[in-house]
Amino acid sequence: MQKFTKYTGLVLPINRANIDTDQIIPKQFLKSIKRTGFGPNLFDEWRYLDEGFPGQDCSKRPLNKDFELNQPRYQGASVLLAQDNFGCGSSREHAPWAISEYGVRAVIAPSYADIFFNNSFKNGLLPIVLNKDIVDRLHIEVSHAEGYALTIDLEQQTVTSPGGDVYPFEVDAFRKHCLLNGLDDIGLTLQDAQAIHDYQEKRKQSSPWIFSDTD
Amino acid sequence: MAGQTLYDKLWQDHLVKQRDDGTALIYIDRHFIHEVTSPQAFEGLRLAGRKPWRLDANLATPDHNVPTTDREKGIAGIEDPVSKIQVETLDDNCDEFGIPEFKIRDLRQGIVHVVGPEQGATLPGMTVVCGDSHTATHGAFGCLAHGIGTSEVEHVLATQCLIQNKMKNMLIRVEGKLKPGVGAKDVILAIIGKIGTAGGTGFAIEFAGEVIRSMSMEGRMTVCNMAIEAGARAGMVAVDDTTIDYIKGRPFAPSSNQWDQAVNCWRGLVSDDDAQFDQIVELHAGDIKPQVTWGTSPEMVLPVDACTPDPALQSDSIKQKGYQRALEYMGLQPGQPITDIYVDRVFIGSCTNSRIEDIREAAAIVKGKKVAVSVKQALVVPGSGLVKQQAEQEGLDKIFVAAGFEWRDPGCSMCLAMNADKLGSGEHCASTSNRNFEGRQGMGGRTHLVSPGMAAAAAVAGHFVDISQA
Repeated sequence: MQKFTKYTGLVLPINRANIDTDQIIPKQFLKSIKRTGFGPNLFDEWRYLDEGFPGQDCSKRPLNKDFELNQPRYQGASVLLAQDNFGCGSSREHAPWAISEYGVRAVIAPSYADIFFNNSFKNGLLPIVLNKDIVDRLHIEVSHAEGYALTIDLEQQTVTSPGGDVYPFEVDAFRKHCLLNGLDDIGLTLQDAQAIHDYQEKRKQSSPWIFSDTD
Repeated sequence: MAGQTLYDKLWQDHLVKQRDDGTALIYIDRHFIHEVTSPQAFEGLRLAGRKPWRLDANLATPDHNVPTTDREKGIAGIEDPVSKIQVETLDDNCDEFGIPEFKIRDLRQGIVHVVGPEQGATLPGMTVVCGDSHTATHGAFGCLAHGIGTSEVEHVLATQCLIQNKMKNMLIRVEGKLKPGVGAKDVILAIIGKIGTAGGTGFAIEFAGEVIRSMSMEGRMTVCNMAIEAGARAGMVAVDDTTIDYIKGRPFAPSSNQWDQAVNCWRGLVSDDDAQFDQIVELHAGDIKPQVTWGTSPEMVLPVDACTPDPALQSDSIKQKGYQRALEYMGLQPGQPITDIYVDRVFIGSCTNSRIEDIREAAAIVKGKKVAVSVKQALVVPGSGLVKQQAEQEGLDKIFVAAGFEWRDPGCSMCLAMNADKLGSGEHCASTSNRNFEGRQGMGGRTHLVSPGMAAAAAVAGHFVDISQA
C-alpha cells in the first residue's frame, strides 16, 4: 500500500449528498477479477453520455461536459470534496479502487457510510471528516477560485486552504499508523496468531457446533 | 454494572484481543463468499503465499452474475464472457483452496443471504461476514452480521478475524399490530423513511417490539437485510422460539447430541432488561401503511396513499436539490399521487424478498388474475434452488405463470442487473429489492421499492394500489 504523508492537491467538488457506491462505480465493472482498471469508469453514468461496459476504450466515449469531473479546471484533481453520507450503499471495494486509480488520494465530506469509510483506509485513500459548515465554505471557495488546491497533512491531521485557513481533523490512531507507513493489516494481525489460536480453542469448547470437526 | 445489549454480548463473546490503539480483534465464525467481491481476495492470498485459516468457516455460492434461465446449461449458459469468467474464477478458487461451494447447478445454490440461513449455516451467536452489504440479513438470528470489503474478505480468509471498532447501540422498537396488507418490508421502509439513510451510521441496530416478535424468520430477515439502507452495517433481532424452531433440522444445524447445549446457549442472546442504548427509536404499527419509494434513495419513501413531495417546500438546500434531481430522474412531478405511477416491469426477488413466504404473499394476490397488458415483464426469481422447489411443490409457479409472470431460476437478478435481467432507460419498476439508486437496475431505470404483495398488485393493476384497502 502506498504511504500517505503530506501533499497539496487540486480539488474536485461534487456538491451532492448521499453519493452511493453504485454511482461511484456501476455494477457492470464489478465483473472484473482484477484490482485495477476501474479509474476510467469512476462515476461512469455521470461522466459519459453513453452506456459503459467493461473493456471499452473510454477515451473515445462522449463526455457529459456538465459533470464537474470533465471540466477543464478540475483536470488532475487529487482531492474529492463531497457532502454527507458519501459512499453509501453497496460494500464494493471497487469504489475506493476506482477513486484511487483516478488519482484522488483524499476525500473530504461531513460524513461517510461506514463500509466505504473502512474500505478507503485499506487502499491508501484518506476519508477526511470536516464539519458541514466548513465543507460548505470549501465548496464556495472552490467554485470561486480556479486552481483551488488544499494541503493535507496526515501526520499533523490538518487540511490547509490556499488562504491559509487550517482545519484540524480526527483520525483513528491505528488507521493513521497504517496509512503513514503503508502497512498491510493481515501481516499485523498474524502477529497475534497465538491469541487467535487460543481464542479458537476456547470457542470450540463453548460452542462446538460451529466447528464441523467436533461432531 | 449496567446490563448488556445483545450487540454488547456478541462483541464480548468474539473479542480475541483488545489492542492498545483502541481497535479490537474480533473472531469470525462464518464467512460467506460470492463471485463478485472475492477474486481479488483469493489473488491476494496467492500472492502472499497464505492459506485460509479455517476452511469449514467458509461457504461459497455464485449469485450476482448467474442467469435466471436455462440453468441446466450451467456456466456455459452465461452469455456475457466477463460474467462467465467471474463465476468460473469462484469455482477455481474454491477448488484450489478447498472451500465448500454450492456451484451453479447445485440445487442448494442461490442468493448467499438466502442460502446461509436456509442451510442452518447461520446460527445464533455467530459473527457472520460476507463481501456484501446485505450480510446484515443474518442478524435476524441473533448474530453479529455485517458486510465487508474485499481487503477484509482476504483478511478473514487469512486470519479468521477482523480489526474492528465497537459500534454504538440503537434500539428500534415497533409496537402494536400491523394492519392487513402491511408487512416486514413496509416496516423497514417506514423505519428508513423516519431515520434516513444515514440515521444508523456508526450503530448496530437491534429491532424489537411486538411487531418484530410476532414476525416469522423470513420477515425478520427482510427487516435486518435493509439495516444497511438505514446506514447501519449490522441489524439484529433477539433469539426466541421462532428462531430456534426455524433452525431445527437444517443441514448445518447442531447435531442432536449438541442441540440442547446450543439452545441453552442461544437463549441468552437477548438484551438485558437494564441494557443501555445510545439511541432509541419507536414506531407504532398502526401508523404504518404499505410503502412505496418515489425517488433515488431508500429514504425517499412514502405511504402508497401519499403524493410525491414538492422540493420547493424543503428548507435545506442540499435536500431541495436532491429531491429535484430525484423527481427529474424518476420522471415524476411534485404532488403526483403514488397510485398514479404506472409500472413497466415488476421484479419479485432479491435477498430482501425472495424467500418462500414472500413468494406465497405475492402468489396470494396474483391468484386467478392477469398481469396488466401495459406491463412489459413481470419476473419472479426465487432466492435459492430449494425455495424454488418448495414453491413448485405448493403449486405457486403455476399461479404466476397462469397470470403472465415469468418463473425463473435463483440469483440476484434484477436487483442489481449484473446478469441479463435489467430495466431499459426510463422504465418504472415495482421491485421487491433494496436499492432504488440511479441506474441500479439498469442505466436510466426507475426503481420503486415495495413489498412482494404490493409488487404483485402493481403487476395486476399496472400501477401502484393500496393493498391494505382491498
